[in-house]
Amino acid sequence: MRRVRIKDEALEQRMFFQRVLLASAVVALIAIALLSRAFWLQVVQHAHYVELSQGNRARIEPLPPNRGVIYDRAGRVIAENTPAYQLELTREQAGDLDETLSRLVRFGLLEPGEVGRVRQLVNSRRTFEAVPFLLQLDDEEVARYAVHRHELNGVLLETRMARHYPYGRVGAHALGYVGTISEQDLSRVDRERYFGTGVIGKTGIESAYEGDLLGTGGYREVLVNAEGRPARLAEGSDPQLKTREPQAGRDLRMTIDIELQRVAEEAFAGRRGGVVAIDPSNGDVLVFASMPSFDPNGFARGISRSDYIALTENPDQPLFNRVLRGTYPPGSTIKPLMALAGLENGVIRPEDVTNCGGSYSLPGSRHRYREPRRGGTHGPVDMRRAVMKSCDVYFYRLANTLGIDRIHDSMARMGFGEPTGIDIAGERGGIMPSPAWKKTVFKAREQQVWFPGETVIVGIGQGYWTATLLQLAKATALLAMRGQPYQPRLVRALVDPETGAVEEKKPRPLPRIELKDPANWEIIVDAMVAVTTGGTAAAAARGASYSIAGKTGTAQVFSVGQTEKYNEKEVAERLRDHALFVAFAPAESPKLAVAVLVENGGFGSSAAAPIARAIFDAYLVGAPPP
Amino acid sequence: MIYGEIGGSRTKRTVTGMARVLRALHLDGMLLSGLVAVTLFGLFVLWSAAGDNTSLWFSQVARVGIGFSLLALLSLVPDRFLRMLSPVAYLLGLVLLVIVALAGDIGKGAQRWLDLGVIRFQPSEIMKLAVPMMCAWYLHQRPLPPALRDVGAVLLIILLPVALIAEQPDLGTALLVAASGLIVLVMSGLSPVYIFGGVAILGAAVPVGWHFMHEYQRQRVLTLLDPQSDALGAGYHIIQSQIAIGSGGVFGKGWMNGTQAQLEFLPERSTDFIFAVIGEELGLLGLIALLVGYLFIVGRGMAMALQCRDAFSRLLAGSIALTFFVYAFVNAGMVMGLLPVVGVPLPLVSYGGTSFVTLMAGFGILMALHSSRKLVK
Repeated sequence: MRRVRIKDEALEQRMFFQRVLLASAVVALIAIALLSRAFWLQVVQHAHYVELSQGNRARIEPLPPNRGVIYDRAGRVIAENTPAYQLELTREQAGDLDETLSRLVRFGLLEPGEVGRVRQLVNSRRTFEAVPFLLQLDDEEVARYAVHRHELNGVLLETRMARHYPYGRVGAHALGYVGTISEQDLSRVDRERYFGTGVIGKTGIESAYEGDLLGTGGYREVLVNAEGRPARLAEGSDPQLKTREPQAGRDLRMTIDIELQRVAEEAFAGRRGGVVAIDPSNGDVLVFASMPSFDPNGFARGISRSDYIALTENPDQPLFNRVLRGTYPPGSTIKPLMALAGLENGVIRPEDVTNCGGSYSLPGSRHRYREPRRGGTHGPVDMRRAVMKSCDVYFYRLANTLGIDRIHDSMARMGFGEPTGIDIAGERGGIMPSPAWKKTVFKAREQQVWFPGETVIVGIGQGYWTATLLQLAKATALLAMRGQPYQPRLVRALVDPETGAVEEKKPRPLPRIELKDPANWEIIVDAMVAVTTGGTAAAAARGASYSIAGKTGTAQVFSVGQTEKYNEKEVAERLRDHALFVAFAPAESPKLAVAVLVENGGFGSSAAAPIARAIFDAYLVGAPPP
Repeated sequence: MIYGEIGGSRTKRTVTGMARVLRALHLDGMLLSGLVAVTLFGLFVLWSAAGDNTSLWFSQVARVGIGFSLLALLSLVPDRFLRMLSPVAYLLGLVLLVIVALAGDIGKGAQRWLDLGVIRFQPSEIMKLAVPMMCAWYLHQRPLPPALRDVGAVLLIILLPVALIAEQPDLGTALLVAASGLIVLVMSGLSPVYIFGGVAILGAAVPVGWHFMHEYQRQRVLTLLDPQSDALGAGYHIIQSQIAIGSGGVFGKGWMNGTQAQLEFLPERSTDFIFAVIGEELGLLGLIALLVGYLFIVGRGMAMALQCRDAFSRLLAGSIALTFFVYAFVNAGMVMGLLPVVGVPLPLVSYGGTSFVTLMAGFGILMALHSSRKLVK
């Protein structure tokens, strides 16, 4: 039976009255709690807080952590911390900030173009925080500061650990650099972690492993007087100041061999380009060179505006990471992979012969796809000879037989068209073209159609196909390993400098490529060995005490007309073809896979292959380059 | 005995000229003087806290003017009309919150403001009043103490806007809005069994809530437990405000003489942390004065609630008075290191427009509810 309830005004009023009494009691209790707390702070703990505040204020001073040291694979230090003088500015102590900044300019301690940036930086930091604005002063700058010190309120000369790269420009594109933290950087990081730290990793390994290298900042409460300068207390008083020690960042062991890197960079002899050398058995990148390079110490020191502009406006683009971000037509270097695709799809046998008459035409078309070399006719060629002599006609025909879909699928399996996943940011993936790709890239209906002629030139690594040096090196390593690819990597291990604990990073194997007939690997490798014994790279490999499996290539920068003859010497240097060479050695038990590109270097055989040879010699034999 | 006061004969006898004016305006003299006193005290402190920034002080004076005008205006509204308005205000607020939530998705990050071109305001401010109004409206026509079903309905009324506000994310306002609604429920005579049961469930829900909190919100709780663990970050506020209050002592360092405040050691000194400025410059005595002012306002507010003529008015008036005290407690507790750092201004004192105006609107409503009782006769 349900009791029907009705409103009872008198009962409700009584009840409300009770609740008001209850609420009053709670309010009174809370008021007592607040007063007790105020009493505790202001009467009981009064002396303690007065000490911290009045006369001598507690200020929190950062203890920046030591940034992790970076070693190459042999344990050589390639990025370290060295003591250096730096100038720091505290806004609250400067008085007139603009006046202080203009004095710094007058005394030659700040470039006029830098004033705006420094002002912005100082204003964005916390109250009473000393902001480093000029890192790694040289002796002359220190002397100038010493002379004018009394005119520079709020500017202090401090000794701090600063980043130094002992090998300078060698390996700079892999290593990257640290630079002064910008307002932009601060907006995307946890500001608190950078309290007292003047620099942040900007590119390369320094940026990719920033979280590991940085460490954890500590702090120390210091007593400061009204001007914010450190002060002392009378004997015997205990201000109970707290300290937290900083924890250094983790050290990195890179896969780079800095001496091998130096050999590679010197082999470029001032030309532009890039080279990657990978240990095919685990993906370790031993050489990662983008030429020309730059000196990362300039950035660590706090690069001036004019120096930075000089770098960015240099026509050779030293800051451009050609290995990571340069996409080039792979040219003939992919012919071994094309041959492999032909074998795997069963459209061709190694012994099948094509007659090379110097040009190839699609059935029913009069357009002639030509051999690039003067008098380039190879006569009857089988697969081995086609790779060895880099016969275009053979591969035009093969590509047409395979069709673009099968080519695309085979090459995508080898990693073309997508980034290799190396452990630094900004990598580009190049383009592995296909009819589907064309549909997404072109808007106009008539441009979306895939033409057979486009398949033909993909057969020699031209047309829409672009690849990075990392992709070429990875694919070469895959051939060397007979189908087992690894993700390229630049860091092998992380080491905690305090405990010595080592975190080894395991090699990252990618899905193995299984062939219907594993014997096909050896057919391709054999053809690549023939390239360096009697083929296009024979000159560069002459006298080597080990066997090299390689393939030359040239990537067209501009196209040759139908009836013109291509004359290397007459073409302006910037329009000359890029020279490419991919190789691994020793062919039977590979230890190193290399991909080289020399921009506008002409032919791969003469410009690129000797660089690979120098690297192989230094790594496998230990001999200095010839 | 309660009716005796409402009876009118006594009131008439003591009517003076001033009181007659106030009555005609439906204003409560005692509450009004309490509010004016605390507001003047706040402006006095703000002048010091604002430092060189005098324009900040003058703009607060302008808001005080707006706030008191709104109070005077709202006090004239009949209680019947307020009651009818409750569901409308609530639904409108809910719609605006949803709009803000959707716009916020586009804008990324915390989105609390609604830009109407001419004025910008936070829909969550509406909810500070609309939620207790809605709760009181729902409960006033039902038998009290509320049955379980009605308790559930009221909890739902509270939860909808609170969830939307917490998602913005604005945990401080969400908690205050929740408090204003829950106070209505408790004042309606909610059985102690439910109250203690609810507290127990809340206690059990802490680990779950922890899971759903934003990282910065967790950090604030952790920081409260050990400010030194994050002396550079969130702990900085608490450490500096405690130094300010503690060093103020009984008598304070003197108006405009607080070193913590004037040398900018103290963050947010004219807004959320102005309580520390009072503690540093005016000392324990200043804090006691402020607290007495607050207690007077709350006490008078509850006395007025007792005199209201129906359940809606009683519950709403009681909630407005007690929520005001919750604001004060949350802010003071935060600044003194008793509660986590949540962005709640010190009522009537902190610089900031919406907060002051909303409070005054609340007290206007309180006076309107109270003055309507005279029409009973």
